[in-house]
Amino acid sequence: MTKPQTSTTFEPLTTLTATVAAVPGPNIDTDQIIPARFLKKDRAQGYGQFLFHDMRFDDAGNDKPHPLNTARNQIPKVLVVDDNFGCGSSREGAVYALADYGIRAVVSTTFGDIFHNNCFKNGVLPVRLEGADHSRLMKWANSLTSQTDMTVDLMQCEVRWDKDVAKFEVDDFWRECLTKGLDELSLTLSYSQDIDAFEAQYQKRFPWLVAQKT
Amino acid sequence: MTQTLFHKIWMPHAVVDRQNGPSLLYIDRHIVHEGSFHAFNQLRARNLSLRHPEQVFGVPDHYVPTTGRRAQDAATAEIGQMITQFDNNMTWGGVPHFALSDQRQGIVHVVGPEQGITLPGMTLVCSDSHTSTHGAMGAIAFGIGQSESMHVMATQTLWQIKPRVMRIRVDGSLGLGVSAKDIILAIIAKIGASGAVGYAIEYAGSAITALDMDGRLTVCNMSIEAGARLGMIASDDTVYAYLHDKPQAPKGQSWEAALAYWKTLRSDDEAQFDLEVVIDARNIKPMVTWGTSPDAGCGIDETVPDPSGLKDAQSRAGAQQALDYMGLVPGTRLTDIAINQVFIGSCTNSRLSDLRDAARVLKGRQAKVPGIVVPGSGLIKAQAEAEGLDKIFIDAGLQWRSAGCSMCAAMNGDIGKPGERIASTSNRNFVGRQGPGARTHLMSPAMAAAAAVTGKLTDVRTLLGAHA
Repeated sequence: MTKPQTSTTFEPLTTLTATVAAVPGPNIDTDQIIPARFLKKDRAQGYGQFLFHDMRFDDAGNDKPHPLNTARNQIPKVLVVDDNFGCGSSREGAVYALADYGIRAVVSTTFGDIFHNNCFKNGVLPVRLEGADHSRLMKWANSLTSQTDMTVDLMQCEVRWDKDVAKFEVDDFWRECLTKGLDELSLTLSYSQDIDAFEAQYQKRFPWLVAQKT
Repeated sequence: MTQTLFHKIWMPHAVVDRQNGPSLLYIDRHIVHEGSFHAFNQLRARNLSLRHPEQVFGVPDHYVPTTGRRAQDAATAEIGQMITQFDNNMTWGGVPHFALSDQRQGIVHVVGPEQGITLPGMTLVCSDSHTSTHGAMGAIAFGIGQSESMHVMATQTLWQIKPRVMRIRVDGSLGLGVSAKDIILAIIAKIGASGAVGYAIEYAGSAITALDMDGRLTVCNMSIEAGARLGMIASDDTVYAYLHDKPQAPKGQSWEAALAYWKTLRSDDEAQFDLEVVIDARNIKPMVTWGTSPDAGCGIDETVPDPSGLKDAQSRAGAQQALDYMGLVPGTRLTDIAINQVFIGSCTNSRLSDLRDAARVLKGRQAKVPGIVVPGSGLIKAQAEAEGLDKIFIDAGLQWRSAGCSMCAAMNGDIGKPGERIASTSNRNFVGRQGPGARTHLMSPAMAAAAAVTGKLTDVRTLLGAHA
């Protein structure tokens, strides 16, 4: 269904073998991923410095115990997290922070809905695993004491670690966007005529919804 | 084939309908605020313009000062810049908007319904998770990210995966001192903060339909705190009476045509839901939260729960961490917890009924702790003042402010200090939500007013009884 694309918006993601870090704890909300006070910053200065800011740093800016601080010299590209990661505020800054830090895949059981959608727009793959698979992966990732890789394979739709493997599902639509390095806007623009036709019949059917041009 | 309310609205909006995966959904209205600058920057970077600026509406709320109505009244120059930037983006995009100085300015989720921008049967989005609020008008309304906001501005559409539909029935009458806020806090405590992930919620039942418009907006507002994509309530006479004279609602024959259609927008009797939850309204007590997730709540007559009673190690660790942050000891009676300040406001609880509920408790009484009351819009502020509610708050020792998100988002400089305990009518008790180290207890406006009067978490029923 996809029409030819001309430009990419992020680096394509196909199969990624890279350093993993575990950030355990249920319901890590987007306020924890990036505190509100940083959201007025221009994206150009990079949001990676704000990732998990108040979990990682005290008031004086000193390190608190946090998985990303332990792994300071080995930036992970894969995060293993717990249930309902990214719940709460719709702030896309949470995904900007992950993406700018270098994270390309976040593995959980469930995600906040809006966060989940925001990930795809920024080249970050949210992987939803079955509970039992996730438990094994989290147990392993959380016990690592040195830099270790795992693999997120978007072509096979599976994650591989240690000697273990688990399958995940991702819709073909989002998968195609990620593997080509595209958000869906260029695709949607190719549907312009469909949208025009839709609007024409829709406005006849629901005339009270036609907004007055100012 | 029988259909749910959700499907009856979704289907006519599907530009490209796919069985599996995302459908291309037409978006009727899009509300933007100061935080939308990322979306505007993306539009400019891609050399795109707005497809239908007249279907977008802007109002500044997240960063606005509540002590003045000019950008230069903002807490810092950097925050003030957010408001100026908003004005510039509205001009650039040709977007209809209310500036901060406009009396109709207010919180996006208060202004939408109040102006009749939100109508039954609509799809409405805004880059704010509490957009679920608007579902109380019988609409599909949900929060989106900045990239999605950019996508809607450019195409008037969004790719969306159709959520499953859950119906939550709340039947029976609410007791004295129990409000819409208590209903939704009780629902979230029951199903959990991720209980509705992947679902659209339809609220139904006699306790829901008995709510006024303000109460329904409160219930739908916090759908996101249960993890839901959106919340909605079928429109009925309460909605139509509310909307009838609103500035942007259809008028005359157009109203009649719309009304005839709106009345068809309800779940069929035999409609199948993916999940049903039933709650007895008579069992709902005035609620407060004790932890750092909105599902960590219980009746005010209970005690701080003991994490060691939890079976699962992850939950146990999480609950203990929450208690450490909140500075609470298991077994403490909730009514023994002293507070430092009160916040009455937010898109959850800043409407006229909310202010009336708080004022009823505060009338003729003194607050033992400082607090601020922040109406949801300039129009609500004016109406409250016409009723003399402002005088009740001020006489009680609370501050009467101007409209904005204020201490709920805590982005405008209205924040709690580290360690401070806040009785708050807002929607999130997350770590650091109301300022780094600040501790939030969520509750209804009447309960927050009661906490102000005693300086402790308080069962408002004891104060209402004294007044009766």
